[in-house]
Formats: sequence, structure tokens, C-alpha cells
Amino acid sequence: MRTGTSGPSCEPAHPINRAWALFTLPSPSAHLEDITSLGRPENRPGGALAGVAGPPPAQVRTIGPLHLRDPRHTLLIMFEVRIHGRGGQGVVTAAELLSVAAFAEGRHAQAFPSFGSERTGAPVVAFCRIADKEIRVREPVVAPDALVVQDATLLHQVDVFAGLKPGGYVLINSTSTPGQLGLGDLEESLGVGRLLTIPATDLAREHIGRPVANLVLLGGLAAFTGIVHLPALLVAMQHHFPGTLGTKNSAAATAAYELVQSLVPSHP
Amino acid sequence: MRTQIEGSLAVAQAVAACRPQVICAYPISPQTHIVEGLSAIVKRGELPGCEYVNVESEFAAMSVAIGSSAAGARTYTATASQGLLFMVEAVYNASGLGLPIVMTVANRAIGAPINIWNDHTDAMSQRDSGWIQLYAETNQEAADLHVQAFRIAEELSLPVMVCMDGFILTHAVEEVDVPEADDVARFLPPFAPRQVLDPADPVSIGAMVGPEAFTEVRYLAHDRQMQALELIPQVAADFAEVFGRDSGGLVHPYLTEDAETIVIALGSVLGTIKDVVDERREKGEKIGVLGITSFRPFPLRAIEAAIGDAKRFVCLEKAFSVGIGGIVASHVRMAMSTHPIKNYTVVAGLGGRVILKTSLHEMLDKAVTDSLEALTFLDLDTDLVERELARTRADRRSGPAAENMLRDLGTVRAASV
Repeated sequence: MRTGTSGPSCEPAHPINRAWALFTLPSPSAHLEDITSLGRPENRPGGALAGVAGPPPAQVRTIGPLHLRDPRHTLLIMFEVRIHGRGGQGVVTAAELLSVAAFAEGRHAQAFPSFGSERTGAPVVAFCRIADKEIRVREPVVAPDALVVQDATLLHQVDVFAGLKPGGYVLINSTSTPGQLGLGDLEESLGVGRLLTIPATDLAREHIGRPVANLVLLGGLAAFTGIVHLPALLVAMQHHFPGTLGTKNSAAATAAYELVQSLVPSHP
Repeated sequence: MRTQIEGSLAVAQAVAACRPQVICAYPISPQTHIVEGLSAIVKRGELPGCEYVNVESEFAAMSVAIGSSAAGARTYTATASQGLLFMVEAVYNASGLGLPIVMTVANRAIGAPINIWNDHTDAMSQRDSGWIQLYAETNQEAADLHVQAFRIAEELSLPVMVCMDGFILTHAVEEVDVPEADDVARFLPPFAPRQVLDPADPVSIGAMVGPEAFTEVRYLAHDRQMQALELIPQVAADFAEVFGRDSGGLVHPYLTEDAETIVIALGSVLGTIKDVVDERREKGEKIGVLGITSFRPFPLRAIEAAIGDAKRFVCLEKAFSVGIGGIVASHVRMAMSTHPIKNYTVVAGLGGRVILKTSLHEMLDKAVTDSLEALTFLDLDTDLVERELARTRADRRSGPAAENMLRDLGTVRAASV
């Protein structure tokens, strides 16, 4: 089933039980926490992301069939991701699976493509919004908190950085450094550890055997921003690509996750 | 079960849960994923007794739907845009014959110029076709409306069009509690047709009717739509009882109680408008939103009641009637005919033009001070328009307007002559 779920049980349906155990589910009383009492994360020091890595109180919604929520999460107003790539690189799938992972962690998520006449090689954009309340807005992501660039040749063709929030995250698939890509100034303006290049295509070739980097980059994004956690991402990948392809993509995404963890300060 | 799912697949699963007996459709963007999803469900054997008919055109799709519905089969089809236009003759026949077909329209613009993106021109072109038209705000509501549509259609013996925004909803992946077959069975009784082609008890359907009874047949068609005004809220209430959530009904008022300004719209743009209204409410502005779910029948009284004592309304429409302006706005003015108030038509989102919160704020800044044009095209590129008008003035043979403007924008390169 393409976007099916494993039923209302908390038991994982996939062979990644060890990863599951990383998450401690809070007691049912934690569900009663009044979300309005938590305040708006964007008003706290550190902006909207402070909510992601912030301290307790725990805030868990139990509607997600997977119950993968990290109890240390606090209320997230909205985190917006824009993914740039080319037709055939799996841009739309990446946004969808990011949303499935966020949903698995008990959040609301919305993923949608830019609705162009997608064709192989043409620039394609897809969006993903993640929040702890219902997402009603339908405009494209105009001010992303995080950007994923699946194909660095787009830097010369499309204004991929349009609207990027100050201090936003930029993850680019490239073997070059930001400086070599001519992004030194941007790197400086975004602040330490906010612009990262990783050799995602190389990792895809190594683990998947094909140069398809979309899900590899999601592994990197998870480590980079902490907006979703690796186990939820792997569940989403396995649901979408059951069998060998899912396993290989999971291995590649895990490698990217570990690589990014070694490059930037990790999220608790 | 709550699941993170593409809107099209959620609708496919919801339709399957209604146990249709015939599904006949021809693929067209942005409807395709819905019928692909249903064809996969039938192929997997999950809809025993259901015939999935691959047809050669939309005209055939509606014709097969008419035949199967007349034979007493619960019948579903889906289309969009040019596909809807291609089946129009049969669309009118389906309602004229009183056949309870349910059809999804994945709303898309109509050419020329050809455009695959979202607006409401396709469904609005069929507003006089005699079908009931329901517009979904979210994918949850799109899924739920299909379940309600079969109940409404079969109870009244009238076809129902469920309109959902192409791409914006059909291709969006979000949380949907997809109605399940067991719950649907409690809500939707088996199809008991009012008229049926049965060899054991033969009747003819589709007689020629002359001046002696044509007006009466038409009058009864209107009367059944007036019955739908009563039935649609009842069905929504029954749905809430079984499924535990509010979906459907005639209208969705939001913060309208004390509102001086009410923004009226149909479909998915309501979500964006609600966010904008929340932001304006935080600054103390008395503003609300009125979503119209049932466009046919048009709930004049419910809309009048929701507008109440507001000072003005703004109709944001994803279609317009060329040569006069707003379609929804003219309907709402009729609802307010006994005590007219200031009103504005804002045409937005044509052919997939994104509707931005910033643009809505700018427009509403003018509306609340009554400085908005009566008919406004949101984010119209006036410079682009002026350049084309200048060309037509300067040169008798100014060429095709659409191509000229694409060249101005650099989308198409200048001809190398």
C-alpha cells in the first residue's frame, strides 16, 4: 500500500524495532497538556526551531498510527521546507515522505508539488509544511525555514534561495564546498552551521546503486534540522518503497544522517 | 483510519468504501490519480462485483454512467476541464433523466489558451446543468463529500458533482481520516433506484417531451434541488453522527458572528483566507469568512443569515463570467436583495495563479476601507496587459495575444525571423 499504515497498534510493522526503541512514549497524562499554555515557539529565543529541540513539557498527539513522537518535542507553529530538483529526481516523493515522517511523529504535515508541467530534467519544486496544529494555508512556501537543493546545477538557473528565512537551513547535494559553489557570502549571512553541502549522489550510488539522491538528502535534513527523526523517516521510506529499494534507501539515508551529524552540532 | 495520503488516493478509497458497481472514466489531469487509484483497487479484487470500464472519451464516460445508473448500478466517474466540456451533452442528460451518478470534478481551467492548472471555470460552466455541486475545502472534506454525495444523489434521484481543487487538493499529501466501508455501510443504504431498466418489468426512460409537459419536468428538477437544500444539512448531520466530524452541509461560516467584513469563497482557498482572517482578527479587525459548500442548490437563506448585519462582503472567485464579472458574487447579491450591502468581486487564482496571503492582505486593506474596485483581478500584471493593448493599437496584425505576452515575459523566446 502506497501510503498505508500498520494499524492503530503501537507495534512497529517493519523490521526496524531497534530504532523504535530510541523513542520513549510519555505517560497518557502528558497528552492532556494544554497546547495553548506552551506559548508560541517563534517568540522564544532561537526562533521557531527552539520548539523542536526545546525542553519539556512533553506534547504528544496520539492520532498518528505510528506513535513515533519524540516526547521532548514542544509545540511547533510551522516549519516550512522547499525542495528543488529536476524532473525525475524524486523531488515530489521527497516532500511526500518528509510529510509522512512528520505525521508518524504525531504532527500535522502538508506536502505538495509546484504543479508545473513536470518533465525529465526540468526544474521542479515541492513543498512540505510541518506544524502541531492543522495546516490550512495553501500558498506555496514563500519563506522556507529549510531548503534542499537536489541538483547544484540549479544554482545557476533558478533563484533557489528566494525568501529563505534569516538563519534558515540550506542543504545542497554537491561534492564542492559552499565557497567553491560561490556561496561564501550566503554561508556567512546565514550563520554558523546553516549551509551544508553533502555528496548525496555519491552516497546514493554507494548504497542504492543508482544516482537518486532525494531520500538520501532527507536523512541529511533530519540530522541537520531535527525537524524529523531518522526512525520516522525510515518507516516512511519502507512504506513507500517496500522491500529492497526501501532497505537500500534507508541505508543511504542513514549514512547521510550520520555524515551530517559529524559535520554539525547534533540536535538533542 | 487517519493516514497521511494524497488527496486523490483518499478520494479513491472513500469512493471504493461506497461500493460503486460501475466506475467508468477517462484520464485527464488533475483527476487522473483518482481513477488510477480506483482501477488499482478493482484490479486487486477489493471491490467484488464492481465493473471498471475503460472508455474512449469523456463523452463515453458519461454515456456509460447514464446506462449503468439507469440499469440500477451505483455509478461513479471523474473528470476535469476539457474533459467535462467534452461530456456536457451527456451531463445534462444525466440530470434531466434523474440518474444519481456521482462525479468528481478535479477543478481545472478551460482553454484556450490551454492550461492544466487549477481554477473553477470548468465546474462553474456546468452550474446550470441540473447537477448538485458541492465544493471541498480540504482533502478530508473531499473524501467525506463523496460518501455524502451518494446518499444525497440516491435519495433525490439527482446526480452530484463533487468539486475539489485540481493539484492544490488532488496532489497534496495531508492527513485524512479516510471513511471506511463498515462506517459507510451504516450511513449509506444500498442503492434503491426510483427508476430502473429491468427486462422483467420493462419501462422506457428518456422519452421525448413536448411543450405539454416540458415545463413541468423542468419545474420538478428545480423542486428537487430545493429539496436538496433541506436534505444536504440533514445528511451532514447524519454523517457527523456516524463519523464524528463535521463535513459538508450548505455553508461553513467562520468568525462571522460580529464581522463587519465577510470574505466569501469556495474550495481550498478558504484555508488560506482563514489564516489571513486570523491575522487580521489579532489586530482587532472585525472580519470573518463564509465558505460555500453547496453551490447548487444555492443556499440563499443560509448565506443571508451568515452575512447577517455585516457591512460588506468580498467574493473571492476562481472563475468569472466574461462580460459581466463575478458569478458567486451575483448569487450572493441575490441572497442580500432585501437589504443590499457594499460588495466586491475579486477574481483570483485563474489558471493556477498562486493566491498569496500577502496579496489577500493588500486586497483586504482596500476592501475594509471601501477603496477596492468593485471588480478586481488579484495580482493582475497591468504592465503586461498594457503592452499587449499597445501592440493591438499600433499594429492591425498584432498576432496571437497569449504568445505575445509569453514572449514579453521571456517564457517563450522571440521568433528568429
